Amino acid sequence: MGKSVLTSPAIMIDVRDLHKSYGHTVALAGVSCSVNDAEIFGIIGPDGAGKTSLFRILASLLLPESGSALMNGVDVVKDYEKIRRMIGYMPGKFSLYQDLTVEENLYLFATVFNTTIEENYHLVKDIYQQIEPFKTRRAGRLSGGMKQKLALCCALIHKPEVLLLDEPTTGVDPVSRKEFWDMLRQLKKQGISILVSTAYMDEASLCDRIALIQKGRFLGIDTPQGIISSYRRSLWSLHAGNVRGLLKSIRSYPHVRSCFAFGESHHVAVEEGFSERDFQQYLSSKGYGQIHLEPISPTVEDFFLDMTIDN
Amino acid sequence: MSQFNAFVQKEFYHIFRDKRTLLIILGMPIVQMLLFGFAMNMEVTHIRTAVFDPSPDQSTTQITRRIEANPYFDVVGQVHSEEEVNNLMRQGAIDLAVIYESGFHRNIVHSGEAQIQFIADASDPNRGTVATNYVTGILAGYQQEMMQLQTIPFHINTETRMLYNPQMESAYLFVPGIMGLILMIICTMMTSVSIVREQEQGTMEVLLASPLKPVTVLMAKTIPYTVLSAINVASILLLSFFVLNVPIRGNFLLLLFVCLLYILLSLTLGLLISTLVKKQLDAVLVSGIGLMMPTLVLSGMIFPIGNMPLVLQWSSYFVPARWFITAVRKIMIEGQGIMTVLPEIGILLGMTVFLAVLSILNTKKRLA
Repeated sequence: MGKSVLTSPAIMIDVRDLHKSYGHTVALAGVSCSVNDAEIFGIIGPDGAGKTSLFRILASLLLPESGSALMNGVDVVKDYEKIRRMIGYMPGKFSLYQDLTVEENLYLFATVFNTTIEENYHLVKDIYQQIEPFKTRRAGRLSGGMKQKLALCCALIHKPEVLLLDEPTTGVDPVSRKEFWDMLRQLKKQGISILVSTAYMDEASLCDRIALIQKGRFLGIDTPQGIISSYRRSLWSLHAGNVRGLLKSIRSYPHVRSCFAFGESHHVAVEEGFSERDFQQYLSSKGYGQIHLEPISPTVEDFFLDMTIDN
Repeated sequence: MSQFNAFVQKEFYHIFRDKRTLLIILGMPIVQMLLFGFAMNMEVTHIRTAVFDPSPDQSTTQITRRIEANPYFDVVGQVHSEEEVNNLMRQGAIDLAVIYESGFHRNIVHSGEAQIQFIADASDPNRGTVATNYVTGILAGYQQEMMQLQTIPFHINTETRMLYNPQMESAYLFVPGIMGLILMIICTMMTSVSIVREQEQGTMEVLLASPLKPVTVLMAKTIPYTVLSAINVASILLLSFFVLNVPIRGNFLLLLFVCLLYILLSLTLGLLISTLVKKQLDAVLVSGIGLMMPTLVLSGMIFPIGNMPLVLQWSSYFVPARWFITAVRKIMIEGQGIMTVLPEIGILLGMTVFLAVLSILNTKKRLA
């Protein structure tokens, strides 16, 4: 075994050129990536980008048309039974028994994996303690955040090598979302590899590495910082209140590459030859007053939007 | 606790926490038994009758009195023209009219022949036929008595057969039928719906991604529904024995065995349905309506199979309820032993094995 192999991190999930389509709808058009041991790897992209298909293939629930996926060297198609002992899978939709209590759900899933709650309690302890006061409550009557915590407990109770979390924070309040990500950090420390998908761009920076996915293709795979630094255009934030037609006027300016509304402001990506003063004058001539323009540093979302223009 | 036991326990939780469904499952057989037993009574009573007697005499008075005295007839009164009879009939005020010819008694005495007319409202054909049969019977009784009293040498014996089905005999007929129908519907519907519900709610996705074998999930479903169905068999048998007075003439254990076999067959049919449909609603439609019609029509529960066109007779071979109902009738009503029901037991057993193998082969290891 060469030295370079020893120093580079061990690969836990190895995805190669996966294709999947449903009839004429292409879900995955050839995606490849590798997830390292004890890494939080984020799949970031909008609804319908192919995230769930990728997760289901990795969880051995769907067969890919071509390509392969190995998990710690185990093939997800051929050795699906082994895979199912290795993974902890949380589907996008809350998938526990709503009419069973918190305790009963956890007990059932521990038994399903031939283990007991006591045996692996240390793994779920931090999370379970937060929902323990409600352990006799039916799962269907928990809040969104607590449901996700319970689902995470159930996915963790058998000490999986890999956690597959498909949009775990969708529909969860901001505080619970933050708590959830803190938990993932803790689990990473215990040596668990985590593949997590989200449609929230702001969660990208919480991952070790991310893959941006759009229409079944990865637009880029890197650390969040790496993604941002590969954004080479200059970016401006424009504040002009909510004026009708502004977006259209900005987009029709020759040196503007793209413009997207970000809440109250507009993010304007510009090309070579852009002059702040000429642009200000152009907008004034169009009749927009009180324009506030300042250069900003890009976010993952800016990168993502920029990439989607090329596609 | 083993995976299987934990799953059986979970199924019981599902059932006991869904009180409304539980009430329907356990209450349905009782309601059906009482409905068929009492409300769906084929007996015809309170036949509202009008009498038109243009020339009252001793004969007509006696006949009218006999009709009045009969518990099945309510004589609403005398009318005075045929026109009036027609009007009452059209208004729906009477079911039957008795019309004597004028000079009824005189004609009997002189010519030995008299005319009497019965008009029945046959918009309900059954009620109409039964009403005329009753009144013909009353008349025949009167005729016979009169002939004997007057010691006239010739004897007119009007024999009227009352094709009346006493209430108890129909109970004999429908108890095995109800068992066949209810067990089939409850078992198939409940198992298929509870499996498809796991698919719809996404819990099946988590279970599939676990080391649990899909077959274990399916098998664990059958245990609680077998228990519920056994309770249903008990309540049907108790009601039929103590309330409807249907005897259990044959071997009780043999009867229970046939019921258990039929329950298992229905459960495996439910498993098969669950592997074929994707939505709970489809499961309800297939197992509810899809099975209700063939079971009702082709099982011999209501219509005799021997009277059907050949194609339907052949189709009835594939209806499990047909064999179950035949076996239950043989054991319960005819009091036959195991030898006579062996063919039915063999067929039910074969069907169960066939359906079980088919549903296990059809169980998916993955989504979609």
